[in-house]
Amino acid sequence: MLELIVISTLNGVLFGMLLFLLSSGLTVIFSMMGVLNFAHASFYMLGAFFGYQLTKWIGFWPALVLAPLLVGAVGMAVERYGLRNTHKHGHVAELLLTFGLAFAIEEIVSMIWGKSPMDYRIPAALDFPAFTVFSTNYPAYKIFMLVVSVAIFVALLIVLKRTRVGLIVQAALTHPSMVGHLGHNVGRVFMVVFGVGSALAGLAGVIAGPSLVTQSDMAGLLGPILFVVIVFGGLGSLPGAFIASLLIGLIQTFAVALNGSLASAFGPLDPSLGPSVLTDIWNVTIAQIAPILPYVLLVLILIFRPMGLLGTRET
Amino acid sequence: MTAAIEVNAVQKHFGNVSIIRDLNLSVAKGERHAIIGPNGAGKSTTFNLISGHLKPSSGEIRLNGGVISGLRPFEINRRGLSRSFQVTNVFARMTVWENVRCAVLWATGHRYAFWKNVDHLPEVKQRTAEILDDIHLSHRRDVPAGLLTYAEQRELEIGITIAGGANVIMLDEPTAGMSHAETERAVALIRRLTEGRTLVIVEHDMSVVFGLADRISVLVYGHIIASGTPEEIRANPKVREAYLGEEGH
Amino acid sequence: MSDAATTTSDMPKEQSGSSARFYSIWLIAAIALIVLPLIFSSGGSLTSFSLIGIAIIFALSYNILLGQTGLLSFGHAVHYGLGGFIAVHAMNAVANYNWPLPLPFIPLIGGIGGVAFAILVGWVMTKRAGTVFAMISLGIGELVASSSLILRSMFGGEAGITTDRTALPHMFGWTFGPQLQVYYLIAFWVMISAIAMYALTRTPLGRICNAVRDNPERVEFIGYDPHVVRYLAYGFAGFFAGIAGGLAAINFEIANSAYLGATQSGLVLFAAFIGGAAYFFGPILGAILVTYLQLGLTNLTTVWQLYFGIIFIGIVMFAPGGIAGLLMMHRPLIRAGSLGMVIPSYLMAAIPTLALALGVILSIETVARYTASEGEGNIINLLGIPFNATAPVTWIVAALLVVGGFLVARLTWRRVAEAWDRAATVARDRGYLA
Repeated sequence: MLELIVISTLNGVLFGMLLFLLSSGLTVIFSMMGVLNFAHASFYMLGAFFGYQLTKWIGFWPALVLAPLLVGAVGMAVERYGLRNTHKHGHVAELLLTFGLAFAIEEIVSMIWGKSPMDYRIPAALDFPAFTVFSTNYPAYKIFMLVVSVAIFVALLIVLKRTRVGLIVQAALTHPSMVGHLGHNVGRVFMVVFGVGSALAGLAGVIAGPSLVTQSDMAGLLGPILFVVIVFGGLGSLPGAFIASLLIGLIQTFAVALNGSLASAFGPLDPSLGPSVLTDIWNVTIAQIAPILPYVLLVLILIFRPMGLLGTRET
Repeated sequence: MTAAIEVNAVQKHFGNVSIIRDLNLSVAKGERHAIIGPNGAGKSTTFNLISGHLKPSSGEIRLNGGVISGLRPFEINRRGLSRSFQVTNVFARMTVWENVRCAVLWATGHRYAFWKNVDHLPEVKQRTAEILDDIHLSHRRDVPAGLLTYAEQRELEIGITIAGGANVIMLDEPTAGMSHAETERAVALIRRLTEGRTLVIVEHDMSVVFGLADRISVLVYGHIIASGTPEEIRANPKVREAYLGEEGH
Repeated sequence: MSDAATTTSDMPKEQSGSSARFYSIWLIAAIALIVLPLIFSSGGSLTSFSLIGIAIIFALSYNILLGQTGLLSFGHAVHYGLGGFIAVHAMNAVANYNWPLPLPFIPLIGGIGGVAFAILVGWVMTKRAGTVFAMISLGIGELVASSSLILRSMFGGEAGITTDRTALPHMFGWTFGPQLQVYYLIAFWVMISAIAMYALTRTPLGRICNAVRDNPERVEFIGYDPHVVRYLAYGFAGFFAGIAGGLAAINFEIANSAYLGATQSGLVLFAAFIGGAAYFFGPILGAILVTYLQLGLTNLTTVWQLYFGIIFIGIVMFAPGGIAGLLMMHRPLIRAGSLGMVIPSYLMAAIPTLALALGVILSIETVARYTASEGEGNIINLLGIPFNATAPVTWIVAALLVVGGFLVARLTWRRVAEAWDRAATVARDRGYLA
């Protein structure tokens, strides 16, 4: 049991940090531009596929640098040629544009790479157990992922606290209406922020690809969870997104690891109702409900704290 | 006799910043009451507090004797208070006719009805037509509100505000940005439409204020420094110093 | 429709004339629905018409949210799917217990299922509009879709739950076995639902929905609670989506988890938006087009969903009013008689635009064939010309069409804009354009 707790905590924090790599970019983009980027998870997927392809061609380490840059470039192009032209039609049109993009990117990826999982391997240099907890070998690659995510997290913090762009972003987070007064280069700031956000998502994809599954439905699976994270944390709040990322990472990881059900916990009290919705609920394992837990959290937070954990804004 | 609006010791702060400090205001029924004051004095905040757009941090607001502080805007509106906005705030994609008609629906008791044909409600149709006549927009009835000229939009804004038949009308700078001729027309319109009702108005144009108001309150830094008839306000040295004196330059 | 068509029906002097025209439109629609299967009587077209009918109800129900109330939902299929499942369970129960409930009433039960869930979750969901509502609708959609795989007795797991529509009590001697009878059942419900949803836009609630869409803040100051308005709209949307789901259950004799999934929610959004959310008839056009494309493209290409995405992105960027918006744009020009001024520029723009489209299609198909490991070979048939996906010449042709088409199209569309300005000025001078 202790073993399970240690391993799941590690995995949960890792998943949470990955989520934060994505949700931080999404939050900053949303706060500055008012656009909820539906295609954010698609950039994550592009990162994984670019990473896979480049690893095949030039090896993992160059791919680790190059793939996020490529994704960032795609993101900047989307901002420059897509969102900027759609802006005049309002936020709903922008949201719809990114929705259409997410749809198209998934189709393009499955057209080029097919629908089955890629053989995206952990680089040989990192393919060894880092340490052993009780009887489980903990892979070094996961430690590497954790280190990269934490490093990016620290770097973001420094950029945010110490640079001019960081100050602009911070101002935008607290006073979204001020963004319009940034001056004449506001378009370039938007493009850079969008590009960096996309590149971070791409980086998450590159490092998550070998460990999780690289497949054309990975964006569709992660995207909704991402939105839960930023709504749960409170729209426009970076600390909120951080807490929500870790929380949801941990909850999901623990839920998947647990095999209990009401039936196993209260076996002798089996109501034996015959096949019905109640017996379904009686027999379902916690692992089985893991995919729906984030959405249950979403509903709960909406009922009890509609602004989200640390949100201050109504819309 | 109870006052139409009674504001008692209301405070409003955003974070550490006090916008409204100990606001007291009383508007008698049937009175035309103007609130004046320098920019940033808290006039719009006062409007937002009374109409329910903002909640007071402390204090109490009464409408016709009943407490309304803390209520939502639509609850206050249903109790007989209607306001306009400084920045034009109409239903841009709907026609002029539809804008006014929507504002008539609640007051005529049709509320959320989904079993009545809105075109077959004689009293709604009649009242909407009357108001369009009143605001001189009958000839523009089928134009989407977003395509009206600025002055027309300001008139529509007034039309929407009075359409529900509220007995307390609050107008936030109704003539802002209008030419001299347009202002005169708007003042005549306001005078006629608020006949027999209570009017609270925020206005920068002193000729409008002194021509229209029965009583005037002067708001400076979130506090009312004087309240009285136009003559009393003109003569008040505190007002001259704090506000009217500034008009000189 | 809410905007453009209402204005005429408001005018007392025009009322008799416009209401006659109004009823004749519905009458023509009804006659078309009756006659259609007599003209196109093959099994394939009957199936298509049935699917289009279901899609029309679903898309119109979606537009109560998007077009009428300004709520962008990414989870509308939840109500469609739940309506379908309730309908299947109801059909099985009716057959098992010999209840005297004929099949034509089943869609109503689907509708009740749809509205019941809307009442349950709607109050929390509609607290806020805009982006937050969009994300919440997505979350609820995922919640229901994932739950459906867990609650197997209710949703039948991956396989779904089947039923037999002929096992219910017959009506007028109809068994509803043949597709033709199912088509007429669907057509009946299309008429009823479309009329009801149109009527809804003409009620006080329907008008206030538009006001909430335009300016929810102001609505609060004319006595209405925008939350209540959104909640009621959400309920109606759920009800009609449930009817569509019930009809789908009857048509396919099965309900499965795909009914309530994200793809279904996305398709109805595509239909409503591509058709044009600002007009009542927009989603009808969209439903016809999307269903038709879906049926037609699946036979022609393996990547048909990509074309959907591209069409959708194109509409969002260049014609946010959808097809209906594009059509209605021309109404004042037709009335003013200045339409002729833009037609030549259209014809000129059509050629390079078509070349661009063909280039994009050829590129996509080439990549698709080139990367597909298995499949039906490397020959693409475009306009009767065979292209080999592995031949360099194909790649060159595709690139030329795309780049050349784009450059020339950009020039010609500038001409279109100029011609438009001139034609619109004429229309404005003649008083047909505000």
